[in-house]
Amino acid sequence: MPKNNFQITSSPQFHSPMSTSFVMGHVSLALVPASLWGVYVFGWRALLVLLVSIAASVLTEFFLSRLTGRENTITDGSALLTGLLIGMNMPPAVPLFIPVVASFFAIFVVKWTFGGLGANWMNPALAGRVFVFMSWTGGMTTWTLPGKLGSSASLDAVTGPTPLGSLKTGLMNGVDGITGPLQMLAGEGVPVTYKDLFLGNIPGCIGEVTALLLLAGGLYILIRKIITWHIPVSYALSFAFLVWVFGGNRYGLGFFSGDVLFHLLSGGFMLGALFMATDMATSPITNKGKIIYGVGCGFMTFLIRFFGSFPEGVSLAIIFMNIFVPLIDRFITPKTFGVARVKEKKQEAAK
Amino acid sequence: MRSLATFPRGIHPPGGKGLTESTEIRTAALPPVAIIPLSQHIGAPAKCLVNPGDTVQEEQLIGEASGFVSANIHSSVPGTVKDIREIYLPNGMKSQAVAIELTGEFTRLGKESKREEWKSLDNDAIRNRIREMGVVGMGGATFPTHVKLSLPEGKSCEYFIINAVECEPYLTSDHKIMLTQAEEILEGIEIVRKLLNPEKVIIGIEANKMDAARKLEELIARMGVDVEVAPLKVKYPQGAEKSLIRAITGREVPSGKLPLEVGVINANVGTCFAIYEAVVYNKPLVERLVTVSGSAVKNPGVFKVRVGTTVRDLIEECGGFTEEPEKIISGGPMMGFAFFDLDTPIMKGTSGIVALTGKDVKKSGVTACLSCGKCVSACPMGLNPTQIYKYLDFEMIKEAADTRLMDCVECGSCAYVCPAHLPLVQMFRVGKGEMRKNAQK
Repeated sequence: MPKNNFQITSSPQFHSPMSTSFVMGHVSLALVPASLWGVYVFGWRALLVLLVSIAASVLTEFFLSRLTGRENTITDGSALLTGLLIGMNMPPAVPLFIPVVASFFAIFVVKWTFGGLGANWMNPALAGRVFVFMSWTGGMTTWTLPGKLGSSASLDAVTGPTPLGSLKTGLMNGVDGITGPLQMLAGEGVPVTYKDLFLGNIPGCIGEVTALLLLAGGLYILIRKIITWHIPVSYALSFAFLVWVFGGNRYGLGFFSGDVLFHLLSGGFMLGALFMATDMATSPITNKGKIIYGVGCGFMTFLIRFFGSFPEGVSLAIIFMNIFVPLIDRFITPKTFGVARVKEKKQEAAK
Repeated sequence: MRSLATFPRGIHPPGGKGLTESTEIRTAALPPVAIIPLSQHIGAPAKCLVNPGDTVQEEQLIGEASGFVSANIHSSVPGTVKDIREIYLPNGMKSQAVAIELTGEFTRLGKESKREEWKSLDNDAIRNRIREMGVVGMGGATFPTHVKLSLPEGKSCEYFIINAVECEPYLTSDHKIMLTQAEEILEGIEIVRKLLNPEKVIIGIEANKMDAARKLEELIARMGVDVEVAPLKVKYPQGAEKSLIRAITGREVPSGKLPLEVGVINANVGTCFAIYEAVVYNKPLVERLVTVSGSAVKNPGVFKVRVGTTVRDLIEECGGFTEEPEKIISGGPMMGFAFFDLDTPIMKGTSGIVALTGKDVKKSGVTACLSCGKCVSACPMGLNPTQIYKYLDFEMIKEAADTRLMDCVECGSCAYVCPAHLPLVQMFRVGKGEMRKNAQK
């Protein structure tokens, strides 16, 4: 018979397979197809950007955990995920020092100075991207046209604007006779179809162009119960609703005539709504809070895309809403069992 | 039958019930030495009535309830008192225990018991008999039953709810008792009906035990008793008192109050059987069904066990271990106690012994909280576990209390789902202890 050396622990005595590295690992895994697509259409250079971003993030994390004498935190996988997301948010032809700076800024300034994993109030990958975007706008807005891996284009990349960028330029040139974004882009000499947008045959950041594979990845982490539907769905619905109602106004078409599909499929929306806005540390903890946050993201994305000076609004919208997360969590609390809401408030007021 | 009701939030741990579900109940061998703790219930330990060397009969009173909230303890075997020793209970507390060496003859075992007509007895006599026979809650909480069935002045019981949920993974003792003793259970329920005079009697049962539910319904129709069977969606912790009441009645027991506040009294299905045996046959609570299961057990099963039988003997009856277990648990894995001594006896409240392998209890390292909110979505009490944890981590006891630490039922749902593997429940227990200490000052 065995000796008395059984483990003594406080209940519960077993645990779900969920763990921090499980979460980070599976989110990274879900991003792999979209990343590979980026490499496929933009060439080996895109792979180099992804690898440099990941290496820079992981190394920064490693040196910081050494420096602060903390346990090695690389194994939790969060630095790898941040690096991958930064890489996916880079244009394929970006000078390599830019993702390095973005990764360093994300891990050091945004994540570690606020206490490391889970303590940051702003999505590190997005903050890194926005930081370098503001600093080196030229390098961050040189877009490679999609080609095929192995074709000559992959070495000597041809550049051109993203659909949202062309749209912005086109709008400044006037909207005479234009009825929507696709027509506008055709007029600008960069025609795209919904199919191009959906599959990812457009210029853009490495990991954001393919709506199809991002949706598949998002579905995967949803099924794996890593994220819930609340943020992506409320984000998409509120954004789609605003685009539908007001999106046609800029072409003089009146209300309820916006091109919802174009806006959901272009820019960083899919990557943002499924993988960035759902970042655990920087989104609310209650389901109701998540919906409020998602609706806020949709509203801000709409505002920036339609009224801001940047062509794209997803990154800034999410970062903007990150600011409100502590506030949302403070006021949107779960309803405690056996306590009436009104009574609770009265008690608090009496204190 | 109504559609499947349940309570808000909760979790779905793996059931593990398949290991024992389709086995027949086995009768465990009598313990050569029965070790019978004097503290097998919530409340004051029983006062020891025997001395080493004394001869005791089967079912003889050996420990007397030492207060209103306490319970009598009877010998589960005839024999000689070897010694009175101090042992560790699975929950880590120490208790005096009477060790009885089996000799002599059984007065009841193997003989026909005489049935007694309880309908002519008055309520006080019935209640007194339940008290004398040492009946306690069999679901694991072991609250003395006669106390629970005493309505305070001016209170009335609207619902009597029988808890047949058995939401703990691996355990099937309640399932088995319903399949084999349904008629006795229903008679036990009728005894309680006489005591409480409730408007409604409902058996709450999870949908993974529909065979038992059908059996009960059949018998209810045949016996013509006014009992409803309410199948519930399978979800943990449905068997927690407050969650069950919410699932069945839609009422929420107010924070810090007892179920009677919303007109409910509930009892475990095994308790109803113990009440039946106590009242109809004058039989003290000296045996119970125990599920012995888990992947480290060679031949898992449900056993009819005499109180005082050691875990070691039970495991041997199961053919021993398949491999050295990492944890031995008294009760289920969600709320049960991990204990270290195989010579720990089976008690009135031991619903199961679960032995888990290293693979079952594998845990990744603890990381910082990710603020994912999974604990919030899991908590059946609608608390914010991560917030309470953070307060306690910084020793902010008052803030933790204001965030309703005391409403935690320690079901373990939050700690089960936490990706960061934070010891949430453990921290809450420490915090509650601190609060009690502060309150005493």
